[in-house]
Amino acid sequence: MRSIDGAVLDLKRLDLLATGDSVIHRLDARAKVLTTLVFIVTVVSFNRYEFTALFPFFIYPVVTASLGNLPGGYIVRKIIMVIPFAFVVGMLNPIFDRELFVRIGPLAITGGWISCASIILRTVLTVGAAFIMVGVTGFLSVCQALERLGTPRTFTVQLLFLYRYIFVLTEEGARASRARELRSCGRKGLGLASFGPLIGHLLIRTWLRAERIHMAMLARGFIGEFHSHQVSGFGWRELFYVAGWSAVFVVLRMENGAQWMGRLVTGVLS
Amino acid sequence: MSHHIVEVKHLQHIYADGTVALQDVSFTIHHGESVAIIGANGAGKSTLLLHLNGYLTAHSGEIRIGDFPLTRKTLPEIRRTVGMVFQDADDQLFMPTVFDDVAFGPFNLGLPVEEVKQRVRDVLEQVGAAHLKFKPPYHLSGGEKKRVAIATVLSMSPDILVMDEPTSGLDPFARRQLMGLLRDFQHTKIFTSHDLDMVVELCPRTIVLHQGTVKADGATLEIFNDDALLAECRLEKPLSMQGCPVCGKGV
Repeated sequence: MRSIDGAVLDLKRLDLLATGDSVIHRLDARAKVLTTLVFIVTVVSFNRYEFTALFPFFIYPVVTASLGNLPGGYIVRKIIMVIPFAFVVGMLNPIFDRELFVRIGPLAITGGWISCASIILRTVLTVGAAFIMVGVTGFLSVCQALERLGTPRTFTVQLLFLYRYIFVLTEEGARASRARELRSCGRKGLGLASFGPLIGHLLIRTWLRAERIHMAMLARGFIGEFHSHQVSGFGWRELFYVAGWSAVFVVLRMENGAQWMGRLVTGVLS
Repeated sequence: MSHHIVEVKHLQHIYADGTVALQDVSFTIHHGESVAIIGANGAGKSTLLLHLNGYLTAHSGEIRIGDFPLTRKTLPEIRRTVGMVFQDADDQLFMPTVFDDVAFGPFNLGLPVEEVKQRVRDVLEQVGAAHLKFKPPYHLSGGEKKRVAIATVLSMSPDILVMDEPTSGLDPFARRQLMGLLRDFQHTKIFTSHDLDMVVELCPRTIVLHQGTVKADGATLEIFNDDALLAECRLEKPLSMQGCPVCGKGV
C-alpha cells in the first residue's frame, strides 16, 4: 500500500512547503486568499466557449509558485491528478453540443469540444491557484485568514478538522489495506465481499483515532481556535499585491491577452 | 495550593455497554510524588487516566486536582495543571511541524508569540529535541516522537505529568534515555505501565488495579515482593528482581 502512504506524505509535503520563507510566504494570508478568490471568480466568469483568453491567466500561478520557491514538478503532478475529474464533468458536451465552432483545414471542431476543453483549462487554473495558495500559506493560515475576513469560526474549524481527517482516514486506510493485502497472498483475498467489513472497520477505527486526537487537543487547551506563530498584518505591501493582481485579472478579462500577444508577435514578424 | 495534588474518592465508571471499568477507586497523591498505576489488561488503568484529565465523567465519586474539584467549570485550569502524554505519540502530534505542535498548547493558553517561541525553545532543549524543531512529526523515530510528545505537554508548564505507557514501543537505548529524562523532572508524576522494571526505577509508590478496584497501594518494592498479590492480579515480578534466568542466582 505504498501508493496510499505515498499520497498522504505527498499531501503533507504541501504543509511543509508552507513553512518556507519567501516574499510570497511573508505576505499576510488574507492578501493571498483574496487575490486567489478574485482570480477564481475572474476565470470562472468567462463564457463557456472561451478557451484562448484563459491561457494568459497562467501568469498568476506560475509567478506565485516561482516566487514562493514551490517545486514545479510536484505542483504539476498534483494538478494533473484533477484533470480526469474535470474531464468527467465536460465529457458529455461533445456529444450534445455538435454545432460547428471552428474549422482548421479538414478538421471541424464543435462547440462541445471547445467547452469541454474550457472546463478542463479552468479546472487546471483554479485548482492550481488554490493548491499553490495553500503551498505558500498553509492550510491553517488560510482558514485563519478566512475567519479574519468574516467567515464564521464554526465553518473554518470544521474545514480544519476535515483537512485533518483526510490524513487520519488515509493513514488508517493504508494500514487496513496493507493487512488485507498481506493475507491475500497475492490473490484477490475474499474479493469484493471483504471490502464491506473493511470499510466498516475503517470508519470505526478512524472515528476512534479522531477522538483520541481530539482528546490530545483538548488536553492542550483547545477551545475551537487555532493559532499561528506567524504574526502579520495587512499593510501597504498586501494592498499593492491584491490591487496589482486584481488589475491584471480585470485587464485579462476585458482583453483577450492571447490574441493581443498573437497580434503583437505577427506584427513584429511582418 | 493543597499539598494533596490529586485526590480520587470512591470513583466509579460504567461504560455504555454496562462494563464496570472502575469501582470505588480512592487514593491521594501528594506534591512531587512519582506513582505507578499497574494492572493487567482491562484492569481500568487507561479509564482512570482519562478521568484525571476530565475526558470521562464519573458515574459517582469525586476527583480533586489541587484546590479544584473536577467540574465542567474547572476543566480548563485542570487541563493546564495535568499534562497528559498519550500511549501512541502519533495521536498526540497532529501539527505540520514539531515547533507548531509544541506551540499548540501555549497558544491556547493565550500567551504572547515571543513567550511561546521561548517556551518551545526551552522545552525542546530540555527533552533533547531542539534539532527537530522544523521537522514534520511523521518523519521522527519512535523515541524522538515520544520526547516531542512530552515537550508538547511540558510547554504548558503542568504541575502533574500523566503518562500512559511511556516506554512502550521504544528500543532499549531510547527507553533508557526517556527514563533518564523522566527521572530529572520535578513534577508530580503518574505513570501507567507494563514495564515493571521502569516502575521499580522511577516510582517509589505503586497502585495496583485489578478488575476496576484498587487491590494494593504502597511502596513499590513491597508490592513486587508480594508474590500472592502479583499472581492474583495477573502480574509478575520485574525482571530485575527475578534473578539470573540461566543459573538462578540472585533470587
